[in-house]
Amino acid sequence: MDLNTLTAQDLLKKLDSKEISAQDILRSLEKSIKAQDTKFKAYVRTQDFHLPQQSIDYSKTTLKGIPVAIKDNICTEGFNTECCSKILEGFHPPYDATVVRKLKDAGAFIFPYKTNMDEFAFGSSTENSCFGPTRNPHNPECVPGGSSGGSAAAVASHQAIWALGSDTGGSIRQPAAFCGVVGLKPTYGLVSRYGLIAFASSLDQIGPITKDVSDCALLLSIIAGRDELDSTSVGSKGCDYSAYLEKDIKGMRIGIPREYFVEGIGPEVKKAVLDAIKVLEKLGAKCREVSLPHTEYAVPVYYIIATAEASSNLARFDGVQYGLREKAKDIIAMYKKTRDLGFGQEAKRRILLGTFALSHGYYDAYYLKATRVRNLIYQDFINVFKDCDCIVTPTTPTPAFKIGEKTGDPLKMYLSDIFTISVNLAGIPAISIPCGRTEKGLPIGLQILSRHFGEGDLLRLAYAYEQNKP
Amino acid sequence: MEYEAVIGLEVHLHLKTRSKAFCGCSTEFGQPPNSQVCPVCLGFPGSLPVLNEVAFKYAVKAGVALNCTVQKETKFDRKHYYYPDLPKNYQISQYDQPVSIDGFLDVCLDKIPKRIRIKRVHLEEDAGKLIHQEDRSLVDFNRAGIPLLEIVTEPDISSPEEAYEYLSSLKNIIEYLDVSDCDMEKGSLRCDANVSVRFKGDKELGVKAELKNMNSFKGVKDALAYEIERQIELVESGGKIVQETRLWDIKELKTVPMRTKEEARDYRYFPEPDLPLFTISKEEIAEIEKDIPELPKEKSLRFIKEYGLSEYDARIIVANKSNADYAEERFKAWPDKNKKPVANWLIGPLAAIASSSNIEISKVKISAQDLLELIDLVENKQLVSNLTGKAVLEEMAATGAQASSIIREKNLVQISDAGALEKEIDIVIEENTRSVDDFKAGKNNALMFLVGQVMKKTKGKANPKVVQELLRRRLG
Repeated sequence: MDLNTLTAQDLLKKLDSKEISAQDILRSLEKSIKAQDTKFKAYVRTQDFHLPQQSIDYSKTTLKGIPVAIKDNICTEGFNTECCSKILEGFHPPYDATVVRKLKDAGAFIFPYKTNMDEFAFGSSTENSCFGPTRNPHNPECVPGGSSGGSAAAVASHQAIWALGSDTGGSIRQPAAFCGVVGLKPTYGLVSRYGLIAFASSLDQIGPITKDVSDCALLLSIIAGRDELDSTSVGSKGCDYSAYLEKDIKGMRIGIPREYFVEGIGPEVKKAVLDAIKVLEKLGAKCREVSLPHTEYAVPVYYIIATAEASSNLARFDGVQYGLREKAKDIIAMYKKTRDLGFGQEAKRRILLGTFALSHGYYDAYYLKATRVRNLIYQDFINVFKDCDCIVTPTTPTPAFKIGEKTGDPLKMYLSDIFTISVNLAGIPAISIPCGRTEKGLPIGLQILSRHFGEGDLLRLAYAYEQNKP
Repeated sequence: MEYEAVIGLEVHLHLKTRSKAFCGCSTEFGQPPNSQVCPVCLGFPGSLPVLNEVAFKYAVKAGVALNCTVQKETKFDRKHYYYPDLPKNYQISQYDQPVSIDGFLDVCLDKIPKRIRIKRVHLEEDAGKLIHQEDRSLVDFNRAGIPLLEIVTEPDISSPEEAYEYLSSLKNIIEYLDVSDCDMEKGSLRCDANVSVRFKGDKELGVKAELKNMNSFKGVKDALAYEIERQIELVESGGKIVQETRLWDIKELKTVPMRTKEEARDYRYFPEPDLPLFTISKEEIAEIEKDIPELPKEKSLRFIKEYGLSEYDARIIVANKSNADYAEERFKAWPDKNKKPVANWLIGPLAAIASSSNIEISKVKISAQDLLELIDLVENKQLVSNLTGKAVLEEMAATGAQASSIIREKNLVQISDAGALEKEIDIVIEENTRSVDDFKAGKNNALMFLVGQVMKKTKGKANPKVVQELLRRRLG
């Protein structure tokens, strides 16, 4: 059996018994990448770096040198971190993101190839990368989802054991669903954002993309916890989420929001999710219909808040200190030329939208109103979680769509995140796990949501389903 | 028609914290360019701000001292504009929930008290500095991220002199709080002014101009005076004032247009998502209040009451906290109830010595005991004259010797014995017959001249009071 197809937990056992070395895993991954890189483009700049031949001594560490793939918007000291944008061309941060440092401390090997993504995480298909699109390992004609499409595709095609993604409106869960892997967006504040190049600061979270729930719990345990460098990070040192996986789910109260099973949802997706709910019921969970009445406002609210924050966060890419700089006659001309050539179309669209929403005279009507509605969406969840432990929904309304299918219609593209966006607005955690396939063989994702810092319940339910699914 | 000016001031102060507002970099002034920077203050992608608690406390402290209400909940916002010295192209500032609001500062001009209301006190970060060279511009980010306190008044100031007085009082208070150096030359205090004119008695405000680029309090005063004059002349000649930002041209001593309202920036303020709301409890405010020392106004009143100082003396002494502490220590050690002689010596001769070496009086190397000994020898024991005393003080500052030993060694003891002065008085009367006649004709000044002559003859050692008495008796 090829080592690259195993989970981290399996590899750890083999490393523990000295059956294999960390170097063996790397070699196996290298082979896999060589075979599939051009086909799927899960990674960027694979030509620019070489994997090391000699492994250092990881024997006393938790992860024993198991490699982790990192999305291109998470800072890795000395390696390219470009958000798949031309404007950050050649940017090598002089620091590691906190999650990367934590992984290194735990004995992970940080993959020098970064995973492909939509430029600045702006997208749902990984088609907006300056390096070209990633393809879905289950069907190269289809998108892998986005924006963490590279991470999900790398894990799904066994070019990575596991990976980190970032999720602002579904960017971990939607590609996980499309690629048939596990992806978790933690509670806002559970994982440090230090070193994550911001898209929308009040929504962004880093999270794991893995082959199974057990690996997800392990990776989350390592990256979670309060960080002094991130004022919005909360909680204590974090905890061992693997401990939650042993428990059964008898008596767990599960809400099924009626707003998520309306028109527009694909029949195969609907059936797969309802089947999954039956499995949960069989395991002793108590499922009932609940309502999240403000769901319909999530997409418009999201696209005001997220673009407003993005327009501000991206203001710093001006050619002065790092990345691309275009020569011009004066500073204003330099700003304009650099940003014109450096940003892709979707980035420009979002900067314009966000700038407009924050402009004098429009702020109250857009941004302020959106924050108020955001609070209503948040309250919806608080109300439901008064007597529910988890909420179960489809991750996406449809399975992976064709490459190019939605690029001409941004609104259609935005709507593909309809089931994932509310979670970010409310700051709660959610996981997507595979729950079967379509007739054509495309994976379908089951989304489980929980209350703030309810990752334990979330993983427990996900694990129970994973272990008992047909 | 009479006009009146309406002025509001915006003061920016560098807070005296060791590290910057949102990162751990040093705030030390005058270091090599870009030697005090990190990913956070350079605004590198992925970096995040963490509020410096000391800066926040200083802001609260200033707010309390300026009689403001400290807000229970305070929020940071992003203020956007593109400029190469602003690393993120937005400044972390405060928009609608500043640290404190609604305060006041009382000033006194020509003995008329005036209350200047303070609208808000807020915390923000400074930008870097551009260095323009012939063919390029360089950026030094050492200053980027240094905590700034912005103190904004209501438009309550009505003359350039009042503005000057407000700035002096504000500086004085801030120095007492020890939260800023208030050094305009180093850029640790900057001031912008909003000014408009209207007919006296009008309720509505005129169109205002914002003045920038003043680099001293006097500069603020001069710029305001110029601008008020300009606006009045414009109105008089039938012109119309446009709302604009004007720069004070330090060389030409005039204000010149920078940008009009139409060109005004849209800062697109919105809440800084990287920082949480900060709350402060009554207990925490009380804790900070405890840290506020007696402020100059209160101190001055107390000095007048407790030590019998004149208002003028008290004001001079409290203008600087270290001087006030220094003075108070000496007042306490002075055994007499009347502290006036000590105050005179501090404000007069000692201040002169200090200013000639460009130091504070507390830095002059004379111990309290030695100083008071000298004052006692001059004022009470009248062992030496006032003039000699000043010379002795200089000698003490230079050598560290004690007053009594200098007087002994240099044989400076004052001659108060009438017998010992008779001879000199005879000579002076003989040599200055004209002055003697003048005095006899009723010119009092002539007597002072004769006293001076005797002093000269005795090399300043004669007791002038005794000499005067003897002369009066002889010529009377």
